[in-house]
Amino acid sequence: MSVTPATQTRDTILEVKNLKTYFFTEDGVVKAVDGVDFSVKAGEVLGLVGESGCGKSVSSFSILRLVGVPGKIVEGEIFFEGQDILKLSKDEMVKMRGDRISMIFQQPQSSLNPVFRVGEQVAEVLELHKGIKKKEAWARAVELLTLVGIPDPKKKAYAYPHELSGGQAQRVIIAMALALSPKLLIADEPTTALDVTIQAQILDLINELREKTDTAVILITHDLGIIAETADRVAVMYAGEIVEFANVEPIFEKPLHPYTQGLIGSIPVLGNVVARLEVIPGLVPNLIDLPPGCRFEPRCLLRQKYGLEVCARREPELVEVTKNHKVRCWLYTDSDEHSAPLKVE
Amino acid sequence: MSDQPGTNKINKQADLLVVNHLKKYFPVKTGVLKRVSGHLLAVDDVSFSVKSGETLGLVGESGCGKTTIGRTILRLTEPTAGSVNFDGKEVFDLKGDALKALRRDMQIIFQDPYASLDPRLRIGNSVMEGLEIHKIGNKQDRYQMAVDMLKKVGLEDYHSRRYPHEFSGGQRQRIGIARALTLKPRFIVCDEPVSALDVSIQSQVLNILKDLQDEFGLTYLFIAHNLGVVEHISNRVAVMYLGKMVELADRDELFRSPLHPYTQALMSAIPIPNPKLKRERIILKGDVPSPLNPPTGCRFHPRCPIAVAECALKEPPFVEKKPGHSVACWLA
Repeated sequence: MSVTPATQTRDTILEVKNLKTYFFTEDGVVKAVDGVDFSVKAGEVLGLVGESGCGKSVSSFSILRLVGVPGKIVEGEIFFEGQDILKLSKDEMVKMRGDRISMIFQQPQSSLNPVFRVGEQVAEVLELHKGIKKKEAWARAVELLTLVGIPDPKKKAYAYPHELSGGQAQRVIIAMALALSPKLLIADEPTTALDVTIQAQILDLINELREKTDTAVILITHDLGIIAETADRVAVMYAGEIVEFANVEPIFEKPLHPYTQGLIGSIPVLGNVVARLEVIPGLVPNLIDLPPGCRFEPRCLLRQKYGLEVCARREPELVEVTKNHKVRCWLYTDSDEHSAPLKVE
Repeated sequence: MSDQPGTNKINKQADLLVVNHLKKYFPVKTGVLKRVSGHLLAVDDVSFSVKSGETLGLVGESGCGKTTIGRTILRLTEPTAGSVNFDGKEVFDLKGDALKALRRDMQIIFQDPYASLDPRLRIGNSVMEGLEIHKIGNKQDRYQMAVDMLKKVGLEDYHSRRYPHEFSGGQRQRIGIARALTLKPRFIVCDEPVSALDVSIQSQVLNILKDLQDEFGLTYLFIAHNLGVVEHISNRVAVMYLGKMVELADRDELFRSPLHPYTQALMSAIPIPNPKLKRERIILKGDVPSPLNPPTGCRFHPRCPIAVAECALKEPPFVEKKPGHSVACWLA
């Protein structure tokens, strides 16, 4: 057991500090997650949003220590209920997964074992972690399937994964994830593979279960609409770093980082037709060969507008510019060589 | 707000493509003898038209038949019944050279920019392939045309000498667009052209599609599941459910006053990026039924929040309730 750090308040259940997860490939070191800090409070939904390759999934895999070769957590601390997860033994980690931290993935069908009945798969979790006898575990599994809204759960418990639709399979995964009443649920693009009407059902279910069980959720998605409707606080990630962190309302009402602004401007919003969508020029940088300054600098239109030189040379820090609103951008923070043009009062 | 250039002009324009009672059934074969045990009703009696210069959006969830419609119109799959008339020509009657000539006018942009390019062909050669097949110009002309088209989609001439794996998803999709456009077609089926792309790249591609439409006077059939994208790009929008068209109207009319309960549910299911907007969501129960054995009567009735007894018995006809706004629902 490690000592609870002083910064950790009572209701923070997860604290990630300066996490760095790199992948050591033949082409070079891919800095997939490069110095990420965030915390999750009990019962809240933290949204991690960003485009492909921004490090949102790797961050969550790191929390469960599921990063495989050639990836490695090279630096950082992850405190879960006061314990540094990175210092746990393998056996302790196995116990932690599922028991106190659970995860649901994007592809529900590929997270289920195709040769076992779904009831068995849900029951297995209970047998392994709680030592419950087979018959009792099966009965509990049927209860869980009922809870997540599987139609005709008694019969469906005997079904094999291929007999389920995508939405039903995701419900089974959620039943497995919640079987042990974890404190933290990591949902990695839980609805991306599903149709919108089914997506609405699953998001509704996650919300409902959170209210009932007070489980904290880290919701990873690229869909800003899902973030707006589900998350309490939001971390926007770009090229392995958090570039903006705030409560959900300020993120959408007053986004500060030029990347967040561009991202919000580039989605066609239902019921709000614009003649032309905003565009973020260029491409996401190569994570092996990152720009020396701000990682967004080569695509940033505001930097050009304000003619900031510092952006290309030095990386900004993630700084709290107003209460609970952090941003990593030289437009809002002074350096010894420039004065920030957009200070927030 | 909404200023679709030339909406009024389009409304007066003639139909470029008329689809009448189109059906596409896929036989389902089972057993060792591969006997046909049933049919998958992918597209079941769908009629609509696309006006010259407009974008018709086609939305629906997976398995509703929207992609099959696009592919059948281009005769990439053969129809079971019905007719498609393109600019006065019966598409399903054409053969040989006449069909080949038609294909110059009708092109397609696919969803997966990774799978739709030959990995062993340089981009320039990939883009000029269509010109070769149709024997347009000499080799030098063709290469120049390809390079010009690549420039139109925002790529440089040195890109033409590279291979597909050297490009990002958004760039590949732009190459796919250039490839479809080299033959100067009039009609393009865009089959989920942006759904594999990240949002910041998605807007780049949508803007290019709009610019090219203005420049070349293109007509699009834009197939997508993302209603936000469809609303952004379309002049008119059609909604499909389980092989049937359930609603068709002008873009603004459809999104402001949807008549079909499925369209209403679909719209309320889309998450809106505005945390202050608290909406009452219509959550549909259950899953989309199998198109192998669709429900009787109205195909939506088992999931419909307002269905009455009649809905299970008789299939509602697709009728015009308001000028330009058609719907298939007994209660609308």
